[in-house]
Amino acid sequence: MAMSFEYKVEGGDFTHAGYASSQVKKMLKQLGVDSTVIKRVVVCLYEAEVNIVAHAYSGTISVNLDTDTINMKLADKGPGIADIEQAMQKGFSTASPEVREMGFGAGMGLPNISANADRFVITSEPGTGTTLEISINLNSAAV
Amino acid sequence: MKVTDIVEKLELTVFSGHEGLGRVITGGYSSDLLSDVMGHAAAGAAWVTIQTHRNVMAIASLRDLSAVIITGGETPGDDTMAQSNEEGVPVLGTILNTFELSGRLYSLLKEK
Repeated sequence: MAMSFEYKVEGGDFTHAGYASSQVKKMLKQLGVDSTVIKRVVVCLYEAEVNIVAHAYSGTISVNLDTDTINMKLADKGPGIADIEQAMQKGFSTASPEVREMGFGAGMGLPNISANADRFVITSEPGTGTTLEISINLNSAAV
Repeated sequence: MKVTDIVEKLELTVFSGHEGLGRVITGGYSSDLLSDVMGHAAAGAAWVTIQTHRNVMAIASLRDLSAVIITGGETPGDDTMAQSNEEGVPVLGTILNTFELSGRLYSLLKEK
């Protein structure tokens, strides 16, 4: 079994935020993946998806699934992250006041991803964009 | 305890998602920070919040929450209600604030 999917994300489009996460959740459910593992995938993917909506101009989500791993790559065109270490700290956020008013931008997204992923790599080029690579083992509920 | 039971006992307004009134509530979570709920709410929890926009439903659905309870007399947006109907996750309302509603919900779930 190997499957791959791609989703486009528009910056600022909060109306559709969560679409990719919802599609991937449905698919994993159909495949009979353990609900604890699905939860971890959904937390990672949703947070990463919202980050593109909240911070970038546009982005592409690629999801690759094989028998034992889900690999998610989220590449955006956007301002990038100057200091990744700082961005990874709980509570740090550069979100706009409008985004914060909606209850986003609390500086919890990247730490949430980090806590739920088996493998998580961020690369970023300021002024160009950010890429997140997230992998989760499908056969083990352990973090 | 089902959603319909807390609607009756806490005198909540049912805005949308009537189809999900039979869902079982296994706990509660009170927060207005979406990532907090995403990261920490348990499946089956009723989410108590003052947030009313559509993204609330995305979180509720993705995390398999049993219901959303909007406090302080706020009302959900039309697109929030539309998605609630689509997902079958009820959006409820109360004039009580988050503290008051959470306290009553907690007692109710505990006494069962």
